[in-house]
Amino acid sequence: MAEEMRIVLRNYGKVDPLNIDTYLAQGGYKGLEKARSMGTADLIADVKKANLRGRGGAGFNCGMKWSFAASAQADQKYVICNADEGEPGTYKDRLIMENDPQTLIEGMAICAYAIGATKGFIYLRGEYPFLVDTLNTAIAQAKDKGLLKDFDLEVRSGAGAYVCGEETALIESIEGKRGEPRFKPPFPPNIGLWGKPTIVNNVETFANVPVIVEKGGDWYAAIGDKAYPGTKVFTLTGDVNNRTFFEVPTNLTIRQLIYDFGGGIRDGKKFKAVQIGGTSGGFIPESLLDTCIAFDSMSAIGATLGSGATFVMDETRDIVDIITRIAGFFEHESCGKCAPCREGTARVAELMEKINEGHGSAKDTTLLNKLGTVMSYSCLCGLGQAAPAPVLTTIKHFEADYAAKFK
Amino acid sequence: MANVIIDGIKASVPDGSTILQAANQVGVRIPTLCYHPDQSIKANCRVCVCEVEGNRLLQAACAIPVFDGMVIKTRSPKVIEARKTILELILANHPQDCLNCIRNGNCELQELAEEYCIRENPFEYKVRGFAKDFSTPSLFRDPDKCVLCRRCIEACSVIQSVNALGLQNRGHHSMVVPTMGGNLIDSPCVMCGQCIHACPVGAIGEVEGINDFLAAVADPDKIVVTQIAPAVRLAISEEIGMETGAMSMETFVTGLRQVGFDHVLHTNFTADLTILEEGNELLKRVKEGGTLPMFTSCSPGWINFCETFYPDLLDNLSTCKSPQQMFGSLVKTYWAEKMGVDPSRIYSVSIMPCVAKKFEASRPEMNASGYRDVDLVLTTREVGRLFRMSGLDFSKLPGSNFDSWMGAYTGAAVIFGASGGVMEAALRTVYEVVTGNTLEDVNFTGIRGFDGIKEAEVDLNGLVVKVAIAHSLSNARKLMDQVRAGESPYHFIEIMACPGGCIGGGGQPITKRNAKRIERIDAIYLEDEGLPIRKSHENPEVKQIYEDFLQEPLGHKSHELLHTHYHDKHKTVL
Repeated sequence: MAEEMRIVLRNYGKVDPLNIDTYLAQGGYKGLEKARSMGTADLIADVKKANLRGRGGAGFNCGMKWSFAASAQADQKYVICNADEGEPGTYKDRLIMENDPQTLIEGMAICAYAIGATKGFIYLRGEYPFLVDTLNTAIAQAKDKGLLKDFDLEVRSGAGAYVCGEETALIESIEGKRGEPRFKPPFPPNIGLWGKPTIVNNVETFANVPVIVEKGGDWYAAIGDKAYPGTKVFTLTGDVNNRTFFEVPTNLTIRQLIYDFGGGIRDGKKFKAVQIGGTSGGFIPESLLDTCIAFDSMSAIGATLGSGATFVMDETRDIVDIITRIAGFFEHESCGKCAPCREGTARVAELMEKINEGHGSAKDTTLLNKLGTVMSYSCLCGLGQAAPAPVLTTIKHFEADYAAKFK
Repeated sequence: MANVIIDGIKASVPDGSTILQAANQVGVRIPTLCYHPDQSIKANCRVCVCEVEGNRLLQAACAIPVFDGMVIKTRSPKVIEARKTILELILANHPQDCLNCIRNGNCELQELAEEYCIRENPFEYKVRGFAKDFSTPSLFRDPDKCVLCRRCIEACSVIQSVNALGLQNRGHHSMVVPTMGGNLIDSPCVMCGQCIHACPVGAIGEVEGINDFLAAVADPDKIVVTQIAPAVRLAISEEIGMETGAMSMETFVTGLRQVGFDHVLHTNFTADLTILEEGNELLKRVKEGGTLPMFTSCSPGWINFCETFYPDLLDNLSTCKSPQQMFGSLVKTYWAEKMGVDPSRIYSVSIMPCVAKKFEASRPEMNASGYRDVDLVLTTREVGRLFRMSGLDFSKLPGSNFDSWMGAYTGAAVIFGASGGVMEAALRTVYEVVTGNTLEDVNFTGIRGFDGIKEAEVDLNGLVVKVAIAHSLSNARKLMDQVRAGESPYHFIEIMACPGGCIGGGGQPITKRNAKRIERIDAIYLEDEGLPIRKSHENPEVKQIYEDFLQEPLGHKSHELLHTHYHDKHKTVL
């Protein structure tokens, strides 16, 4: 039986989010203190050594990213926390911010020190208005204690657009523009918010940082999967017995998530599929459940680790109907900037509706396959590139479900 | 330099080149749609995607810089399938009415559809069904045709600083819309038409007057008279597949007679007249302490801009009507009298490089002759269509001359078509009027060219006149803000709304790059140099009209016919 290992959720239930003293009592801000005693080069080298990879979805080496911003010459640099937790079924970032906001603030302050930034933003999901006060209180307390020194931190609320979870769309949104992605390169560590070097990391990524600094990169790199070390928070939803959250080392299998932590499928039914990482995650059939959850092994099967949202479906679920709803979601959330996503998401939705209503044929799935494949490597940003994954993986693994709906 | 391999061709290209630039260098053409050589990179159409070795994702050639050792495939099966699919997606909601489209034969999407052999589209054909916007007399919008490349928005906001166009809604409901909600007429649009040049398709175009013209020609009671603006001749040849400036003025005149004009006169005549009126107005303001700096008033897009964004500076505008409108009021008075024809029978058509002129002609105050002064404005593009309709072979057409009384012109009038030209023409005359000396070198080369803002000082026997010139309204805005702040050092400012001046006007042949505008500027100064008279005050017909009709610059008749007033058109967000 696999066991939990709590790094980012280490203070869950142990601290009062509105009282910084409880965080300090747990050893809080020791990481920042240690970071400041190290040179920034050593600090970044240690984060690099930890091989902490972004917990937002792209899985880029965090220390490497920081080193780009650190070496960029500019009169102003920024640190942004991506707290636009928009994936349906995901609430890991909320857990951290709701219960232990100081760990996020400390992680951001360490990053700010490392790259030489004096200004930071927490870009908060528009649907989390109840967290604004918590975060502002936590920031004010950290400032009052003098812990942040010259690092100024501000909360900015999103307005509900899913695409603003994409880091450059998020930056545009903070700048007051339409939430739309920029083409890359240039990448934000070189040219980001208001054209200045900017680090954008996810809440979970930052929450790892104080512990890594305190215990050292070697310690962290030895946890879980070698290529994607550390822990990952999962939020389990759907047809499982325990709909819950947990933090585990990254070398577990999907089956362990569902059966060890989820307690198996509800009501004695059979497993049908699981979608991991959020709405754009691929659908995984029974035959692939022994895949390791780490970033690269998931990519290898056409799935993602992404946010760690784990949505389990039993044998009674209508896969085609679920995919139709997902297609509608992406049609709604496409920002409209690039042609293949703007037109493609609408056409995927149209074709899925046609099949779901019993008017489709094999010709339509062939077209969906072509369209989805083209979108996956032609769209401007991750939204359009990932949007077809549920369609493509279900046509591959659950072809019979489609055929059953053909006219 | 970076060493790259493009479709197997080895090349060394400058660091920082994009894939698109590198490919061009080795003779590999990559298709584009949202790309515009004079605008920021957008990378939103994804038509230019290419394969880069080591990368699963296709890369937009317009946006991605090369690196040393980059291996690029611009036409692999993966690339071709992606481009075809993207084009199919765009075409599946694009109205398939190419035959009736104003951009038929000159459309970037049509060319791509042809190149990529788009036949049966696998996606269901669904036009979005937006209403067309014919609210202005100059421009129409057909949002169904919009491919959302956003080039018009950049032309309007960055080049012109007008911000009349913006984006609304999200995803496939996204659309380019006039700002402030309603139709284009409700927006701050100044009708310059630069968005037409920016548009790759037929989503924005000029309100066409060809049918009105044909009806007038068919009416035996109408005497159809035309005036040709200075910037038209050199560009009209582009419309019929000839080099810029290749058609001679004489051939052009014959062509116009062939398509039905009864009399061919020249706006250059009133351009020279403008110099006499405006030059004297400037001197009067300088001597009598009038409002300075004085602004030129030839460009109707600029007038709309000043009325909309700088209504507090309307007193700075010269009261001179534009040459088009001076011509309009004179053709139905002076010319009608000279020719002995009933002015009510005259149908006055102007041929302009401009779409804002269509609006200007429709201004209610432009009826000093007792009739609407200019009945119809045709753009260079529309005359190009008339010429193509005529079947004329211009290489074989004999030349002919302008009709009398309002057809003579000087080199000073010709250069009105280029940014800095009005100023240069004015200086040629003002110098001689003030100093009484002959200006030996008429070439004020320092104020020519494509720089956004140009300035000069001219010593008129101790009176030092400071002048500035701006083209494109974003540049005009810089000079205007200076004036508004009371910090403008100038006496006289020339503003042309369009990049390069009238040669880059919204009614000119669709102009896809500024290099073409610069080519036209060169052609205009060449024409000026070839003319025997190059100072407006030496135009014999201008001398004649003052003797026979107007008596003197700024005189009573001039005020009645040649000068106007302006209106505050400031728009506020409700």
